[in-house]
Amino acid sequence: MAPTTPTKPMTFAYAPAPESRSVVDIAPSYGLFINGEFTEAADGKVFKTISPSSEEVLSEVAQATAEDVDRAVKSARKAFESWSALPGSERAKYLFRIARVIQERSRELAVLESLDNGKPIRESRDADLPLVAAHFFYYAGWADKLAHAGYGPDPRPLGVAGQVIPWNFPLLMLAWKIAPALAAGNTVVLKPAETTPLSALFFADICRQAGLPKGVVNIITGDGATGAELVGHPGIDKVAFTGSTEVGKAIARTVAGTSKKVTLELGGKAANIVFDDAPIDQAVEGIVNGIFFNQGHVCCAGSRLLVQESVQDELLDALKRRMRTLRVGDPLDKNTDVGAINSAEQLARIRTLAEAGEAEGAERWAPDCELPGSGFWFAPTLFTGVTQAHRIAREEIFGPVLSVLTFRTPEEAVAKANNTPYGLSAGIWTEKGSRILWMASRLRAGVVWSNTFNKFDPTSPFGGYKESGYGREGGRHGLEAYLDV
Amino acid sequence: MADVTASDGALRRFLHGLPGVDAVGLQVRAATLGTRSIKTTAKAYAIDLAISMIDLTTLEGADTPGKVRALCAKGAHPDPTDRTVPKVAAICVYGDMVATAKEALASASGSDIHVAAVATAFPSGRAAMPVKLADTRDAVAAGADEIDMVIDRGAFLSGRYLDVFEEIKQVKEACARPDGGAAHLKVIFETGELQTYDNVRRASWLAMLAGADFIKTSTGKVAVNATPPVTLLMLEAVRDFRAATGVQVGVKPAGGIRTSKDAIKYLVMVNETLGEEWLTADWFRFGASSLLNDLLMQRQKLRTGHYSGPDYMTVD
Repeated sequence: MAPTTPTKPMTFAYAPAPESRSVVDIAPSYGLFINGEFTEAADGKVFKTISPSSEEVLSEVAQATAEDVDRAVKSARKAFESWSALPGSERAKYLFRIARVIQERSRELAVLESLDNGKPIRESRDADLPLVAAHFFYYAGWADKLAHAGYGPDPRPLGVAGQVIPWNFPLLMLAWKIAPALAAGNTVVLKPAETTPLSALFFADICRQAGLPKGVVNIITGDGATGAELVGHPGIDKVAFTGSTEVGKAIARTVAGTSKKVTLELGGKAANIVFDDAPIDQAVEGIVNGIFFNQGHVCCAGSRLLVQESVQDELLDALKRRMRTLRVGDPLDKNTDVGAINSAEQLARIRTLAEAGEAEGAERWAPDCELPGSGFWFAPTLFTGVTQAHRIAREEIFGPVLSVLTFRTPEEAVAKANNTPYGLSAGIWTEKGSRILWMASRLRAGVVWSNTFNKFDPTSPFGGYKESGYGREGGRHGLEAYLDV
Repeated sequence: MADVTASDGALRRFLHGLPGVDAVGLQVRAATLGTRSIKTTAKAYAIDLAISMIDLTTLEGADTPGKVRALCAKGAHPDPTDRTVPKVAAICVYGDMVATAKEALASASGSDIHVAAVATAFPSGRAAMPVKLADTRDAVAAGADEIDMVIDRGAFLSGRYLDVFEEIKQVKEACARPDGGAAHLKVIFETGELQTYDNVRRASWLAMLAGADFIKTSTGKVAVNATPPVTLLMLEAVRDFRAATGVQVGVKPAGGIRTSKDAIKYLVMVNETLGEEWLTADWFRFGASSLLNDLLMQRQKLRTGHYSGPDYMTVD
């Protein structure tokens, strides 16, 4: 064709499009939120929280001691009397109010989350915050309808819930824990992760803004020792934990023999299974979303790609082409797809496992991408030639690393997908509806997605089989964990 | 790939053997690309690129030589106060206006702007084959550089794929000029009538196999015209077709793209699906009319920091 544009245009390079930091005002230090007030730790100890994309110190937060944990539990116990006595419709009002305040402050909270966690603003803005608000709205709706939840005519709350949450979705995991607990009439003491305490402390402010009675929500910050003090405290009636399988097992041992109820949402090594009749372009998007969403810091991440051998080459070519367009960098840039690894410790773990993958003979591939000089970064990475015997096929990496395995028949796909100590999630990609049903009934995973991946909704229960934990969060099922049934 | 068009059965098996399209996944991907934030230098680049890719269009029963001349003058000098604005790619008219458009462009020092003519009983495509071919030859003889044909959607939807294939092939032959050159052929699917994404993928491959130089979404004459998901799917089809055959085909979304913001979303889709090889007017076009003024307004805003009123944009 005769050219109608005389000169070859330059590349369409996106100019930086940073979200403004000025929408969030981070104080130089934060105390513990106990009985509606921010207070210092008993021994005055603090620790720093940094931005993983720059290693800049964002703030200092209090390191709660056993004494502080005790104070928080007592405050929650005292508040439980009146909170649990409120009609459900009154509790609902507070929860609806919290949900609305979260929506109003969503931009501020999204920026804060991206700063403290390292996740791209596109995800904190379009995934985390809308889901946080949706979770509070959803459980607000249940608060006056507990008699119709299928747990008897008048199900009672458990009491004080001790909740320990991870760093991958700080505010969303808080919502998953606090919303059903309060709706059911419990009070809570929540400990956010050591590396991402800020959004929980901002949530404390939201509780005050919403006029929530003192002591109903208590937020204590600290490291693993603080978490252990909390779950071991005799004054709590319920432990809810999301995090690693290793810590989950320790918690299960701690509460064994007590009357505490426990729900654990632990690790995963999900299989994302692609058949030869899959919608290829959408499957590629699903694979990318499955493992590179939130830098792969997702317990239900599709970290094992099981692809049918007959489409392996075609699919991997398409996947690599797509991975070359991933934009890695500044989490606050609105065009960033993959942000920073949450901590130096996590980065070291990802590196160790990736090196093990190479050493054990798998082939490593990553697109050319320039990583920032400061902060913690790991390029989106693909391993091919992986077998069930490799560590990268068995251990949870919790990073942007995909292990590619192959299968020949549906039976083999099921066998390989289930051949893991975990069982949190799985994905199936095929245009054949009957095969989706056949597979879904055989996969031992709490969530099975078909022709999609990493889709979350407050109405849908979420939880694991085997070492991925027990109990369900979300939906009607999520109420059971906070009711005496 | 000649064997796949050897018979109706072979063509059907081939088209139905293409990978399916998951509607939800396609829409999510298009929406996600729509969240890209294109600012400052990138925006300035995208606006000029979009202007240079416009097929500035008038396709009304009420079209007159005067109207077409006005459009041609606008296409050659979109902003009379700013000569740095690029020209549009083409002027798109009905066949009987081609000669007028050629003349008007020449006198507006816009003879490097192409004239595209819609043909083959546009927009419905409901006419006998000899009529469609005569329509095409007429426009080519009048000097059309590009022919925008419509496919017979009735034939496509009733599964007569080979009929559609033969139709496109014959129109392509009718695009030949006596000097040995040929008008470029854009094939319009009217995706709003094909309805399903699977149909759009099949129509894309069918048209490309038959020799389309461009594949185009819509006539602009039905309720649903170009949409981001449909265009994304067609971009994927031209990408896959080149990988399979080595032949590069262009894409033209048409109808309903009215704002700079929308146009930039389309350019982002091209950029992230096909890359810069397709980011020229040779391989990507917008079928639009009111889009141009919005692009000009945003261009002024970017350069001067403020908006002027609509009275400072020429009406078409």
